[in-house]
Amino acid sequence: MSKKQHYAITVNGKEEEFLAEPRELLIYTLRERLNITGPHIGCETSHCGACTVTIDGKSVKACTMFVAQANGKDITTIEGIGGPDNLHPLQNAFKEHHGLQCGYCTPGMIIRATKLLEEIPNPTEEEIRFGMSGNICRCTGYQNIVKSIQAAAAEMNAAKEAAE
Amino acid sequence: MIPAAFEYYRPKDMAGVLSILEEHGDDARVMAGGHSLIPMMKLRLANVPHLIDLQDVDGMSGIDVSTDSIRVGALVTQADIIDNERLTEAAPILKEAALQIADPQIRYMGTVGGNVANGDPGNDMPGLMQCLDAVFTVVGAGGERNISARDFYEAAYMTAREDEEVLTSVTIPLPKGGYAYEKQKRKIGDYATAAAAVQIIKDDGVCGSASIAMTNLSDTPIFSEAAGAALVGTTVDAAALDAAVTAMLGDIDPTEDNRGPVAFKNHVAGVILRRAVERAWSRA
Repeated sequence: MSKKQHYAITVNGKEEEFLAEPRELLIYTLRERLNITGPHIGCETSHCGACTVTIDGKSVKACTMFVAQANGKDITTIEGIGGPDNLHPLQNAFKEHHGLQCGYCTPGMIIRATKLLEEIPNPTEEEIRFGMSGNICRCTGYQNIVKSIQAAAAEMNAAKEAAE
Repeated sequence: MIPAAFEYYRPKDMAGVLSILEEHGDDARVMAGGHSLIPMMKLRLANVPHLIDLQDVDGMSGIDVSTDSIRVGALVTQADIIDNERLTEAAPILKEAALQIADPQIRYMGTVGGNVANGDPGNDMPGLMQCLDAVFTVVGAGGERNISARDFYEAAYMTAREDEEVLTSVTIPLPKGGYAYEKQKRKIGDYATAAAAVQIIKDDGVCGSASIAMTNLSDTPIFSEAAGAALVGTTVDAAALDAAVTAMLGDIDPTEDNRGPVAFKNHVAGVILRRAVERAWSRA
């Protein structure tokens, strides 16, 4: 039973097709099969949020989804929002405001924050802390993460206003 | 953290789901968001040789608010509940409770149907649904039947739903009066040390009716009829609150675990119920 199945998922705009067992966790598909190593494995028990990706517009912990469930879906990881030469405002803000120390939780933090700012473009500190509560950081004490997200929100809102 | 191998099915309709359940009996399980079942499978506490993913089954993702009741499809997520303004206007206690479940990522995936059908005493929706006197609709080969939330829970993970039945929706009589869902937890994402759901009606400054249910203080949610009755006819003063807490403590049966010993849980249950009643009364 449970022979390999054919799956097709879109990751960061690129369609990927492969054979896998249905029980493969999406985080392993991304990291080991597709070599997309931005999403990290922290606790692997749905708590820490290091593996967070966006799937069809929802923030999801990729350790808690089978690849079979993700078949046909559109996934965005940290690699899909910006790179060294074109940092996303959140990536830039985390850099400028020391929103990370060891950096292990950062890809999950930032990809979750993209969704948070989509839903609440100008969040209060409380809304940031509540909206980021599925992501754990053991270095920063969160203060600079909050500052980084506030700074990115301000920059993104200013850019939006300038464009209008 | 790799679960045992399984056959995966993603049927397009309920007939397809039921035929797989009929063929494989209790070797098959349905899954909505999977955020209770997948962790259990990863820990190999649940063995599911045939896994039926409900995500493509139509007709279970709607929220319908009518003049006297609310129908919530089993695949409605906690995030859907939080975002639905019409629902929040009709039954604000649902949003208040949903916001206290797990964390944002999990609320995008976790569903009402999974939360109530799973039978985990730590889940928040079962107690809430008992407080609201909701009815669960399940469907099987023999057709649909309705089961009161207050009769649904038999023991931890044991419910009135048969193995070959699927819970499809929850129907809630339109709640009236003041409300509160109060939950004590050790940290975000944790299950309750104690939680209380309260709906209360105030008539001319006197309590006309009160419905109270408690979470994670027994191996099932506890609808405490006696605690509600202790408030009726009072002005919800200190003596009435004491009587309600005493009545509630007679109905729960907590066990010692990593959230604390029995005496602590009884203490927290009392604190949480007081807070919930006071807040509900202030909104009535």
